[in-house]
Amino acid sequence: MIHQVETPIVELHDITVSYHKKPVLWDIDLTLPSGSIIGIIGPNGAGKSTLLKAMMGLVELSSGYVRIFDQDLDQVRSRVSYVPQKESVDWDFPASVLDVVLMGRYGKLGLFTRPRKADKEVAMECLRQVDMENYAGRQISQLSGGQQQRVFLARALAQEADLYFMDEPFAGVDAATEKAIINLLKSMSKQGKTVVVVHHDLQSALEYFDWAVLLNLRLIASGPVNQVLTPELLQETYGGKLTLLAAVGDLLTKKEFPSRE
Amino acid sequence: MSMNNILEFLSLTDPNVRYVVIGSILLAASSAIVGTFTLLKKKALVGDAVAHSVLPGVCLAFMLSGVKNPVYLIIGAFITGWISLVLIDTITARSKIKEDTAIGLILSVFFGIGILMVTVIQKSGNAAQSGLDHFLFGQAASLVGNDLVVFSGIALILMAAVWLFFKEFTVIAFDENFARSIGFPVRTLELILTTLTVLAVVTGIQAIGVVLMAAMLITPAAAARFWTDKLKVMIVLAAGLGAFSGLVGAYISYVAPAMPTGPWIVMVVSIIAVLSFFLAPRKGILFRLITQRKFRKQMLEENILKLLYQLGEAQGSYYQPRTIEEIVARRPFQMSRLKKGLRNLNRQGFLKSTEKGWAYTRAGKRKGQRVTKLHRLWELYLTEYLRIAPDHVHEDAETIEHIITPELERRLEEKLRYPKLDPHQSEIPYPKL
Repeated sequence: MIHQVETPIVELHDITVSYHKKPVLWDIDLTLPSGSIIGIIGPNGAGKSTLLKAMMGLVELSSGYVRIFDQDLDQVRSRVSYVPQKESVDWDFPASVLDVVLMGRYGKLGLFTRPRKADKEVAMECLRQVDMENYAGRQISQLSGGQQQRVFLARALAQEADLYFMDEPFAGVDAATEKAIINLLKSMSKQGKTVVVVHHDLQSALEYFDWAVLLNLRLIASGPVNQVLTPELLQETYGGKLTLLAAVGDLLTKKEFPSRE
Repeated sequence: MSMNNILEFLSLTDPNVRYVVIGSILLAASSAIVGTFTLLKKKALVGDAVAHSVLPGVCLAFMLSGVKNPVYLIIGAFITGWISLVLIDTITARSKIKEDTAIGLILSVFFGIGILMVTVIQKSGNAAQSGLDHFLFGQAASLVGNDLVVFSGIALILMAAVWLFFKEFTVIAFDENFARSIGFPVRTLELILTTLTVLAVVTGIQAIGVVLMAAMLITPAAAARFWTDKLKVMIVLAAGLGAFSGLVGAYISYVAPAMPTGPWIVMVVSIIAVLSFFLAPRKGILFRLITQRKFRKQMLEENILKLLYQLGEAQGSYYQPRTIEEIVARRPFQMSRLKKGLRNLNRQGFLKSTEKGWAYTRAGKRKGQRVTKLHRLWELYLTEYLRIAPDHVHEDAETIEHIITPELERRLEEKLRYPKLDPHQSEIPYPKL
């Protein structure tokens, strides 16, 4: 069940990604529609975050290529925003909430240019959109998990992109923040923006996303959410790894075989 | 005599003293500034490895050129410092050896070779070698003439570079993947930061010495981190602490020329770091101890008031004086703490001292009643909402009763719908209007 789209916003062509020779994503080939909220869904260790990083050029591809807006990522970076998992940074870093949100402007500013007054105003407006304007001067180590996620979202908004990649934005946040985030994503998609979200909770997936990608080391399905979240496909995604695939992967590590000739 | 020394030193009338002081301050401050980013990137150990690895480069430059020219020495130091970093990265990436092992390995091998070369040079009896052994532990007073110009020049370049790359270094230190995603040349920026780290080590080899240079990189930043949460303030503070210890080092070197300077500078900066560790507001140990003491005192006082309330409840008269024996019979307080707590409560107007013992004031009874109420409300909350057995809730409530705010108290009352009895069928007392 892999739906291809006519004019995709993201196209992955036969992507394989390996860590230490061991493939963690096998031959992913898919296209994503623009203007939708897209969920990447699969069990722990399925390679969801890796897929997102592959789209953002943050991991090396063993094979295949990525096209975004039908172009190379480097040509369209200013239209793309990436939100890493909030656990991936040290929140004890000496910075204020506003400092972090201002980083969202750095891509537009380029090297050596300091944020101007206009950038600070954009950053404050983005904080307002996630209900955090009262926290602008707060040291980031004093934030709760939900607040940290909101700050990361505000930073992404400050990038004023058209395509957003978000790694587990709903993980470890309170119910109020989860609701605020999904409302924000929905209003973004109404404005024609595309959001790709790594997600692990099946229950909310049907309600949150227009399009779903089911992943477990290989691509199982990609298509409109009501056609993809079927018992059979979910069973295939969560019903354990393909043992043969895993065995071959292990063999590649052990023998130090190149995963491509 | 020593007072005169200090005055003479501080007046900076002797141009030699002046140069040494300026040089020491510049290089200590610049290495602290670069070190702030080394620390934030969690590369402190790498800094130590580089510091030790520049020694063979210095020696090799001297052996090949036969003169003690700072430019040659810096080039030599820079080359082996760099090789050590490349090797650490390669070993970590290409073998099963982890980074800490690779650092330990490279540090000891390079430093060992360096010491070997120092020994060979000393044995060779080359006259110009006098001063080369200063590169181990440093001698600020030897920082004159050409050496001063070169080392201070590098220090200024370092400061300018950090100022220029401030935004870029901050973002790669905080969130490397994000920096990559917005198209920043992360590898190049890291290369630049690494180069600055090596250069910062190189500036210090003469005045501080390779053995202790890593401390000048990391310690001022670590101390500064205790006092502030703002990166810019942290950098300025680290520079200031570094500069101060550099000044002290220069002074020591001036009054006691036989003494190596590096250990003195590092000792000063370490004392500052230890003091920060104890004294800094919020993060310091002392602050936390004081806060804990305050909480313990509050808990003791509230426990006494609560106990008097329970006694009053049992006997139907709240304002009757109680003797210490009566109190201890109900709850085994430590005697000295109990007496102190009673005296404090008396002073604060919650108790009065009578001939027959200690008695509530109105304010005291109100407070004792509130703590009792919070204790019982919390017990009820635990049994009703967390399904905890009634005989397991008391311990928990003993702590929680002291931290519930009036706002939480109201929410608790509403959620439980103003209950009358706690899980042990004791009455939950509400203030009468």
